Amino acid sequence: MSETITFTIDGKEVSAQPGQTIMQAADAAGIYIPRLCAFEGLVPHGSCRVCTVMVNGRAQAACTQPVADGIVVENDTEKLLAIRRDIIEMLFVEGNHYCMFCEKSGNCELQALAYRFGIAAPKYPYLFPKREIDATHPDIFIDRNRCVLCGRCVRASRDVDGKGVFEFVGRGPQKRVAVNAEANLADTDLKTSDKAVEVCPVGAILRKRVGYAVPVGRRRYDHKPIGSDIEQAASKK
Amino acid sequence: MAKAKVATTSLCGCFGCHMSLLDIDDRILKLVELVDFNKSPINDIKEFTERCTVGLIEGGCCNEENVRVLRDFRKHCDILISVGDCATMGGIPAMRNTIPLKECLDEAYLNGPTVHNPSGQIPNDPEIPLLLNRVYPCHEVVKIDYHLPGCPPSADTLWEALVALLTDKPVALPYELIKYD
Repeated sequence: MSETITFTIDGKEVSAQPGQTIMQAADAAGIYIPRLCAFEGLVPHGSCRVCTVMVNGRAQAACTQPVADGIVVENDTEKLLAIRRDIIEMLFVEGNHYCMFCEKSGNCELQALAYRFGIAAPKYPYLFPKREIDATHPDIFIDRNRCVLCGRCVRASRDVDGKGVFEFVGRGPQKRVAVNAEANLADTDLKTSDKAVEVCPVGAILRKRVGYAVPVGRRRYDHKPIGSDIEQAASKK
Repeated sequence: MAKAKVATTSLCGCFGCHMSLLDIDDRILKLVELVDFNKSPINDIKEFTERCTVGLIEGGCCNEENVRVLRDFRKHCDILISVGDCATMGGIPAMRNTIPLKECLDEAYLNGPTVHNPSGQIPNDPEIPLLLNRVYPCHEVVKIDYHLPGCPPSADTLWEALVALLTDKPVALPYELIKYD
């Protein structure tokens, strides 16, 4: 099967292979669609809705929606930017995101999205929820204050590591990441080399004794917005 | 042209944002040409003596005095700016927001591992401002016009925003000046 599909994103013609998602096709074309739960190599989840695009006038998650011939996709519009900005702001007020002492700061994808969207402060009231920390594991900890429920750890542990260490429990505001053990993280077979530890976009799952390894000014998003690697890769072609 | 009047205060903060303001280096000479400071810990003027163009608020509201000062700033300033993460979201002091106030006081004055308090009393003098049930971001108490995030916001962030406001330009901070840490 090598038939090529063509469609447009914000008026620009993009070609793709059947079976690709809109996000995969956009990445290849150097068009960045903002995302949080999507991660290359993991099954798309479609849960964070940051990658929402309009497909023929209907809102769809670009990470799960397959390409089709002739579809008209809107990505970089005022309306979608407002929706995405609202989602990011809600994620900030729904958790306890103390960037000032978080080891992930500067390399955090949630923070980087807020920077890219130029958010100085969320417009919603902070909820200050009470969340649990699990530091029982000798090498890894979970700080649920920072968790955005993207499900990357759940998918990575289940599909890549083949362990199923993490799973969601509860619904709505009570939803949280739980560990598959009698009690705590220490009782699982999670290892620091697991994909599940690496993929956390925020500082919710971190390796211990790493600390603030990279100085301010040399971290991933200190100078370049998230997504600029995708945009630049295309401009070099 | 008359110089703009600027007031500053540190509510439930650590004075780090004020230190960052001093960190503008030799631009402080230009700042002196642009503004006069009114009520501020920088010049130790305790009460407002005239109306101000800009009020810079460091820190959130953790007690009744913070709320009184913040409302006083809103009354006397045309533009009010939340400076730093404490003013914007409560910051480090807001970590107590998930713990009942009584538990916080008990830990600090009775049960903490390093506490020496034979009388077993928790300070309750009328001169000490009453603590609020939790720490409030400033915009949940009064209307705030601008937010400058950061812990602290860099000297460049403060300088760019202040100069833009005082020269009637839009506050459009470049990517590298919006940081939450």
